[in-house]
Amino acid sequence: MSKNIITKLKKENLLGRGGAEFPAGLKWEMVKKVEAKKKYVICNGSEGEPGVFKDGFILENYPEKVVRGIEIAMKAIGGKSAYIYLRKDYYQRFVKKLKKIIQNKISPLNKGGLRGVSFFKKQNGYFAGEETSLLNAIEGKTLEPREKPPFPTEKGLFDCPTLINNIETFYYAAKIDENKYKKTRFYSISENDSKDKNVYELPIDWTIEKILKETKNFPRYNFFIQSGGGASGEILSSDDLNQKIGGSGAIVIYDFEKTDPFELMKKWADFFFTGNCNKCVPCREGIYRIREMIEEKKIDEKILKDLFFVLKETSFCPLGKTAVIPFESLIKKMF
Amino acid sequence: MKKAQQIKITINKKKIKAGENQTILEAAEENGIEIPSLCYHSDLKIKSNCRVCLVEIKGRKGLHPSCSTKIESGMEIITESPKISRARKINLELVFAQHREECDDCIWNFDCQLLALAKKYKVKIDRFIDRKKDYPVYKFGPSIEFDSSKCINCGNCVEVCQNQGVNFLEARKQNNFLEVVPTKDKNKDCIYCGQCIVHCPSGAFEAVGEFEKVSEPLRNKNKIVVFQFAPAIRTSIGEEFGLPFGEIVTEKLIGAIKKLGADKIFDVSVGADFTTIEEADELIERLGNRKNLPMFTSCCPSWVKFIEFNYPEFIPNLATTRSPQIILGGLIKTYWAKKENIDPKKIIVISVMPCVAKKFEIQRKELKINEMKPVDYVLTTRELAYLFIKHKIDLKKVKPEKADNPLGIPSGAGVIYGASGGVMESALRTVYAKLAKKRLPKIEFTPLNGCQTNLTGLKKVRGMDEVKKANIKIDDRIIKIAVVNGLGNAKKILEELKENPKKYDAVEVMACPGGCIGGGGQPVPADNEIRKERASRLYQIDTKNKIRLAHENPIVKKVYREFLNKKNRRLICHTKYNAKRKS
Repeated sequence: MSKNIITKLKKENLLGRGGAEFPAGLKWEMVKKVEAKKKYVICNGSEGEPGVFKDGFILENYPEKVVRGIEIAMKAIGGKSAYIYLRKDYYQRFVKKLKKIIQNKISPLNKGGLRGVSFFKKQNGYFAGEETSLLNAIEGKTLEPREKPPFPTEKGLFDCPTLINNIETFYYAAKIDENKYKKTRFYSISENDSKDKNVYELPIDWTIEKILKETKNFPRYNFFIQSGGGASGEILSSDDLNQKIGGSGAIVIYDFEKTDPFELMKKWADFFFTGNCNKCVPCREGIYRIREMIEEKKIDEKILKDLFFVLKETSFCPLGKTAVIPFESLIKKMF
Repeated sequence: MKKAQQIKITINKKKIKAGENQTILEAAEENGIEIPSLCYHSDLKIKSNCRVCLVEIKGRKGLHPSCSTKIESGMEIITESPKISRARKINLELVFAQHREECDDCIWNFDCQLLALAKKYKVKIDRFIDRKKDYPVYKFGPSIEFDSSKCINCGNCVEVCQNQGVNFLEARKQNNFLEVVPTKDKNKDCIYCGQCIVHCPSGAFEAVGEFEKVSEPLRNKNKIVVFQFAPAIRTSIGEEFGLPFGEIVTEKLIGAIKKLGADKIFDVSVGADFTTIEEADELIERLGNRKNLPMFTSCCPSWVKFIEFNYPEFIPNLATTRSPQIILGGLIKTYWAKKENIDPKKIIVISVMPCVAKKFEIQRKELKINEMKPVDYVLTTRELAYLFIKHKIDLKKVKPEKADNPLGIPSGAGVIYGASGGVMESALRTVYAKLAKKRLPKIEFTPLNGCQTNLTGLKKVRGMDEVKKANIKIDDRIIKIAVVNGLGNAKKILEELKENPKKYDAVEVMACPGGCIGGGGQPVPADNEIRKERASRLYQIDTKNKIRLAHENPIVKKVYREFLNKKNRRLICHTKYNAKRKS
């Protein structure tokens, strides 16, 4: 492992691939700098948003790299314990393979095996992938987000400094360590309501248009897309594709003629309604009321604006704040 | 303790110094700047879920909850702005969208935060159809009602119930909402402490009301209605009439009850004097034969039920002595009835208690004396205040009166029963006198007057600490005591005792924080500062009382002499307990 991995992460400007895009090098450095008896590394494989499936793809194809990334992180921050937090189906599909890698039965990556790694099966909905909810889940506490600050880098799992990164981030940390990082990322591309789901590893600076064209996914029909994630991503029309993708790198393609905007919004509303943690008023009650209006197809613009306002301004965690994005952008583009 | 460093901040352009670990809400409150909040309660963890206490901070984007945001040096905070008002208004509308209003019948009736905020922020309380309008009302035994259509999901009740170690209330997923419900778990049952009631900001919990039931006997001329009021009432009911927290209103209280039409008014503190003597005798006996130690106090019905339900193996440790209201009620229907030549069946005893579990206690069949319940009805402090208001009786303006003879004059020891540590202190004052066979030279336990006696250790049992321990030396004997308030803490003591049964000789437990002054039947709001005020005034009454030992109370002495022979003592002053299943 390179001695100066944190410097390299910074130099390569690796941003967290879970969606929040926090600079990985900085995060690693923060955890490293805190003096503590115990530190944790958590690999977040909770991938819970519709249209986002690239972490599953990485676990399927490059599990050794992910484990290697976790190992590098443990050494870099000075931590002896790690958790791999997996959504239920990923746990079922990949836990055996990952355990074997960790015990050094398949891959020669870890001489003598990697100690101190535990697995945790995600139990609940979307919000349980939010990093502080995930901490509560592992600790067996009520599943809801924690107040920040303190940030997990300072007080995370069992109050110890904790580095939480996404599967893909660990994958690329390993690549950077080997000097094999070519400024790429994994894109999940799918068509709405289609089972055809594909993952592509492509340069981070490609525009959406280029990605769709190069991967032969550019539709012949009249369409719009959702960029970044299939629930919290922004809606972009086919004229808006000259830009990069943020968030967790997903593109969902919608057929303009065939997509009923109410049905689409209902789908998001259902997702956020069932996927929120019920803790704070704007998210619990606000999303419920948005869903109610969509269901009845009676949208009161004034109320909708008010609800968007409190969701954005007063939600406890990012889930509520980002839940507004798809609705707002769809309404702007389609009505 | 090191004093927190002071840092400078500004709130609404006003320069303020505040302790560095404070939150914005705390710093504002300390400086008289009001920030509205619903889910915040100083007894509980900061949850930050109502999103009403929002403020703006210069240099930071968006709005920030003041309850959970710590102050930082140089922070410039704004607590009112058009943006803040808009956010508060909408979030309050969403809160009201859950809460079914039933304002005429609410414990917050005269001081509802929700309504006050609705007015201030021009909230349309019916902007949305109440999501919970068809939600059920649950009844917990004879004590508590939970109207879940009024719940605003703040989680306070679930947290206090957890803190109590009871875990009867839980959040369960229903139609995709985590709603507060009583558990279905057979191993968890409500013990009626009522802490959910006093920590609920939206009036979803309330005592099972008996104020309507008492109006019939009050009108009926054939009935003799005797009121008796608990120690803790005298320093709390004033709050319901705008008097300062903890104000002593004993005589006004009596005057007001007279106006309701009561025939006689006695003081439960006198009953407490009997409890003290009986409990002191029990303790002396148990210390002598080393049986069933440590002895647990038994005047808190929530604690008793907690033992019967959760820890039946400790039933023998409970003192068999009845609680003050039950002893006094029993004496009223026997000793006093005989003395006054009244048919006891005509007597209706109404207790005013700081407690909702007392409503459960009076239903216990084993307490019956000659087929009669010692107490017929229990009103909480809040219920009595409600009755006064209904009858247009303003406690502030009532002519003060004295309690009736003979069961109306307590010792100081009987009054401090209302505060955590009071029962233990009262009992030990008597135990000391009996064991040391001499009268205490002086009883002052507070360090303020510097007086030292053999009982100085007792000062350790006062105050709001959750667990207080002391060793009391009487001659060459040492009595190890523990005083606990809050059942979660009692659980810890019980676990300790499982490890080491000889750890204590006597344990006092009160289910509620600070003892009965913090009871589930007391006025809202209640927090540690308010409870401290209520308790300190009880000790003030004790200090001013000439008679401060239960067994020196002349009335008590007289009753023992004239009436309480061995048989009557067993009948009126003692009881038994049984392991309980979920009701």
